[in-house]
Order: sequence, then C-alpha cells, then structure tokens
Amino acid sequence: MDFKFTAEEEAFRQEVKDWLKAAIPPRWRELPTGFWQETEESWKLSRQFQRNLGSKGWLAPAYPVELGGAGLGHIKRLILAEELTYHDAPVSIETEITVNWVGMALQHFGSEQQKKDYIPRIAKGDIIFCLGYSEPNAGSDLASLQTRAVEQGDTYVINGQKTWCSYAHYADYCWLGAITDPDAPKHHNMSMFVVDMKNPGITIRPLINVIGCHSFNEVFFDDVRIPKDSLVGVKNNGWFQLAMALDFERSGVQTAAVNKLLLDHMVNYARTNKRGGKLLSKDPILRNLMAEMAIEIEVARMLCYRIAWIYSKGGHSNYESSQAMIFGSELLRRISDAGMQVLGQYGQLAYGSHRAVARAEMCRSYLASLSIGVGGGTNEIQRNIIAMRGLGLPRK
Amino acid sequence: MDLGLNEEQEMLRKSAREFLSKECPKKLVRELDESDTGFSRDLWKKMAELGWIGLPFPEKFGGNGGTLFDLIVLLDEMGYNIVPGPFFSTVVLSGFTLLEAGSDEQKQSYLSKICSGEMVMTFALTELDGTYLPKSIETAAKNKGNHYVLNGTKLFVPDANIADFMLVAARTKSSSNPEEGISIFLVDAKSPGVRVTLLKTLGRDKLCEVVFEDVKVPEKSLVGKLDSGWPIIKSILRKATVAKCAEMVGGAQASLDMAVNYAKERVQFNRPIGSFQAIQHYCANMVTDVDGSRFITYKAAWTESEGLPSDMEVSMAKAWTSEAYKRVAVLAHQIFGAIGFTMDHDMHLYFRRAKAGELAYGDADFHREIVAAQLGL
Repeated sequence: MDFKFTAEEEAFRQEVKDWLKAAIPPRWRELPTGFWQETEESWKLSRQFQRNLGSKGWLAPAYPVELGGAGLGHIKRLILAEELTYHDAPVSIETEITVNWVGMALQHFGSEQQKKDYIPRIAKGDIIFCLGYSEPNAGSDLASLQTRAVEQGDTYVINGQKTWCSYAHYADYCWLGAITDPDAPKHHNMSMFVVDMKNPGITIRPLINVIGCHSFNEVFFDDVRIPKDSLVGVKNNGWFQLAMALDFERSGVQTAAVNKLLLDHMVNYARTNKRGGKLLSKDPILRNLMAEMAIEIEVARMLCYRIAWIYSKGGHSNYESSQAMIFGSELLRRISDAGMQVLGQYGQLAYGSHRAVARAEMCRSYLASLSIGVGGGTNEIQRNIIAMRGLGLPRK
Repeated sequence: MDLGLNEEQEMLRKSAREFLSKECPKKLVRELDESDTGFSRDLWKKMAELGWIGLPFPEKFGGNGGTLFDLIVLLDEMGYNIVPGPFFSTVVLSGFTLLEAGSDEQKQSYLSKICSGEMVMTFALTELDGTYLPKSIETAAKNKGNHYVLNGTKLFVPDANIADFMLVAARTKSSSNPEEGISIFLVDAKSPGVRVTLLKTLGRDKLCEVVFEDVKVPEKSLVGKLDSGWPIIKSILRKATVAKCAEMVGGAQASLDMAVNYAKERVQFNRPIGSFQAIQHYCANMVTDVDGSRFITYKAAWTESEGLPSDMEVSMAKAWTSEAYKRVAVLAHQIFGAIGFTMDHDMHLYFRRAKAGELAYGDADFHREIVAAQLGL
C-alpha cells in the first residue's frame, strides 16, 4: 500500500488551489451558499464560474480533451473534486447531474449525433440538464414510473408528472425516463429521452425546500411532442441504461470535503470563542466530539479514495460506492449536529439574522443535511445494495 | 496512491489464513483460553519456522527482513482466526523495543532468540492506574553501583506468566517532567523477587500482575539510554496500538463473515433471515465498519512504517477501530440470536476480544483526546 500522492499529483493539487484563489468571485463568499441553497444571484455566479471551469476543461475533467474535457485520470479527478468542494467553489449538484450522470450516459449510450450535439456544450458549461426520474408514486421504487412516451409518426408524445426535478426551472434539457411499452414487465418497459425544456406542454411548479430555497420542482408533461431521435440508446432498455448511469464512477469525495470544511470552521470557532469564561476548545466534551468528527472524516475520505483507486486500476466499484455514500451523508448530519453543539445558542441564528455566525453556515447545513441521505437513492436502498450486491445476501 | 497489498503480502495473507485454520482451530483456541498458560509450544515452533516471529526484524538477527506493514497484514489474519499466545508481547512489544533501543549485544543475544522462537518476552509497562501515560510509571529502579534494584507493581502485563524475560519501564530519576527519568530494563523473569499473578479476564487473554520486590538487575540490562526511555516507549506504543488495531480488524472481519454466512443459511418464516431488510441493513453497517477500520488502520500502519509522524493517524485508527469492532461484534451476536449466547458457539470468542482490544493501549476516549490536541484544540 502507498497512501501518498505522486509529486505530479501534488503539483496538480497546488495548481487547482492557486487557480481557485482568483477564480471564486468575492461576492460568492458573502452569500448563503451550499447545496440546495441557491438564490437567483448565487445561481448566476455559479453558472459563470462553471463556464470558466469549463474553459480549463475542469468542468468535465473525465471527458476527452477533444470533447471539451481534460482527459484527467481518476486520481486527479478525485483531487480536483476534493479541492473544489473544500474551497466552497460554485459547483454543486447541477454539475454532478449534467456532467457525470447525463453526460457520461450520453457518451456511453448516445448516437454520434447526440454526442456531437450535447457533450461539448456540457463540458463548456453552456447547458444543464435536470433529471426526469422520480414521480409521485415512483420514489425508491423507481421502476414503477408511469410517465408515457407514445410513438406518433416522427415524434414521441410525452404525458405524465415528474417530481424532485432539481433546477428544472433553470435547465435547458430534461433527462427523462418514460414508459414506451406498457405491456412489458417492469425493467423492460422504459426508455430514456433528452427533452428540450422549451417544448410547449411543459409546466414547472416549484417545490420550496426546508431551507426556504427553490431547488426542486414538479414538472408536468402534457402532450409534449419531441422528435423521435430524442430517444437515447435502445428502446425499452432504459432501465439498464439508467442503472448503469448510476454506476459511473463517482468517488463521492465531495461529501467528505464538505465535512472537513465544516469541521475546520467549528474547530476555529472553538479556539476563539468562550462560554462560561472558558474557551470552547478546552471543554472536554466538545474536544471529544470534534476529535470523533475528524476521525470519521478520515474514514469517509478513505472510503471515497478507495473508489477512485478501484477505477484507476481498471476495476469497477460495486457496493463500495454505496458505502461511501451512506457514510459521507450520515456523517454530514453528525457533523452539522456537532457544529450546532459547538455553537450553542448561536447555532440557531438563521441567515440574515443579527449576530448570526459565519453566514449561519451551520444552521443551514443542519437543515440541508436532512436531504442528503435521501437524494440519489435513499440510504435504505443503498444498504440493500451493499447487502445483496456486496455481501451476496438473498433477495428472498 | 495504491490501496492494494503487494504480491508477497497477498501470499502471506493467504498462507496465514490456510495455516491458521488448520493449525489453530477453534478447539485449540478454547483449550488455550481456558488454560493457565494460554501457550502452545507446538504452534509457537511452527510459527517460528514459518518466519512469522522474526517477520519484521533484520536478517542478521535471524529475522525475515520485513516491515511493520508486513506484520500488520499477518496480525490482521491472526485476529481473524484468533491465535492465543505471546506473539504480540514477544514480537511487537519486545522485539521492536530491542530493535529500536537495544545494544548490538542485546540484539544478538535476545532478538535472535526471539526470532528463532527460543525466547518468549513481554513488556511490563502499565501500573495500578492502568493508563499509558508517563506519569503513571512509579516502579523505581535504584542504582547500586554495578546493578539496579527494582521495586514496584505492574498490572495488565500480557503473558508475564510464561515470559522468559521482561522489559520493565522504571523510574530512575524523579523529575518535574514525567517523561524524563524513565528507563527500560531487561529482566530475567526468574530473578528472585519477581512475583507473577495471573489475572482472570473477560478476554481470557493472559494478563498478569507483576510485583518487583528488591529485584537485582545488572547494569548491562539497561536497554537504551538511562532516563531516556519514554521516547522509545512512545514509539513502541504507536506500533503496538496500530498492531492491536490490525488484530481487531481481522476479528471484526471474521465476525462479519460468520454472521453473513449464518444469515444466508438460517431459515425462519420460510426464508433465509438474510433476506430480511433489518438483517441486511445490520450487515451493511457491519461491512462498512470493517472496511473503514481496515483502511484507517492500514493508513496508520503505513505512516508509521514509513517513519512519518503518525501520532494523529495511529490515534484515529485506535479510536475508530475500538468502537467499530464492538459494534460489529454486537450486531453479529444479534444476527446469531440465542445460539450466539452459548459457550459452544464461537461468537463470544470475538466479542470478548473486541472489549480486550479496546482497552489495550488506550481506549477511544484516550485516543480522541490525542486527536483533539493534534487538531489544535
């Protein structure tokens, strides 16, 4: 084993750090940012940042250079993701969805024309996608979705309702799963489509999350006509394409890096603030708590590094991704809770309040952390995957 | 970054798994657990022949020229199988002390005998307060010309009941700084005035009380420099801590494997209990604890093995693994249900060791405090 990065990798880390110093707009540091916490202003800043990142090839670092990426290997991508997140750069879930879920799936299953149409624009940061996966009656049981796509002449006609569509109100396209063969059994009845969000018949209704931000939407499709060549891959094979798209390499190191950022902030706070006349950093209970968080971050980071390492060896991660995802997400809840404990009464002060600490970061994270064990497959589903795929436990 | 084992380490792991399952079956583990010695000379001889006892020591002292990291791979497997006996005290506690601080003569005469399997040795460190802090060392060694006289009581000393020699940490000078004035002596266990009492423990490991009453020790028995023993002890404690973690990782892996196999076979309500989500989620939590413990332990071992500053890494590993192994063992018991609560079942062998491992070389609270200090708190 060897736990160190090569000199070249370390130099790359430094290059990223140096670039970020100038690239993150100062105004970003004054806004309440973080996942599921977009405002119109922060959205605009982050879109501009992503285009800048795209011009370096770093928005889609895995893509080949000729498609607008940087052709980076797995370890450098891990480093890039870690540094972007730790420095609170304006990249978030919209990038993950567009670049890693949709873009990777398009490269794998899309036609040459589709690749030409979308991949370079994704890599430049010119377009973003929202996901049309979940429906009111298809959450964890995603395969029971009901949205229909019916072939009519040169078009498909879409009817149905999607929900939890992040950033649909900003998205240029929807990456849509819809039933194309209602008589076929589950898992063999669905296809994937790229749908232009400007199509007539699409209605977007906001869902306001507990932080008070508009990140999610319900999206209604009423007789939306899309060209036939909007279908991606093989008709009725959508489930397998979707399942595979979920498996494309994602180290998930972002969560570990967010956790580290929050810990560093609370350690700093504890070192400079007193309660009852005593520095918080001298309180044995808080010391124990913050040490535990530091240890768990190290575990989380190793679980993510493992995924990048598996891929760098040409392997394929299986249950390991679910492990990293569960651990990192549940840790974010524990870290946020620990941060609130360190802040004491000040933790409850919301963004914009008189005397709020550090843009009420901990308070917002405490709320935001509720979502993270749910989105992208609940932790219960992830645990099923570990048990069945990883440990070979029986389904029945 | 390379998170895999090299070819030799993979071979060592595989051959250790095979050898131990054959030569150290649970029947022998139970016999040794229940005996007063906890020691099988036959198994010890075979492990010496395989080169395990000398694994991390230089060839010129009869060792195998491996690294601490190689030893960690082996200890992981020893924890998986459970191997009662003085391997840990002899190799980790004593062998490394002699290697790091012993004179050439001490290495030639003692380390060589350790490697060949002729000598069992332990380190008498902890005292009545049971901590691993320098201030708890009160056993005194008084200089009487060409010899020292030892007086004091050591507690929780592993394998002192069968050790031929003991390394003893003793105070040779009083100082306002508790780290100063500690020296290490190599003491023949048969010296007059050495009294060993075996303690009965939850882990059924052989921890002892060792009383030194006017024990005469020749001057040449000093290991390392006079009054400067603590830095050596600190270095040995880092190695012992991460080595104990490796054993615990192996034990946790075995607990997981046993429970998963049982969950696949045990049928209730006409289906294997492993198909129930409650059991599946227990297993998912267990494997994440096992994998997390292994990575954090191996990283600490690598850091220490490379000679890099490792206080933070080692304490992180011990704090995490101490609690993770317990969680895994408890969930494994839950999956086994009533049968796991019987003496005949193997699960308690691991549950016992999870607790014993947690207590050895500092529990989670002890190590979290070290991590807190390292964080700048």
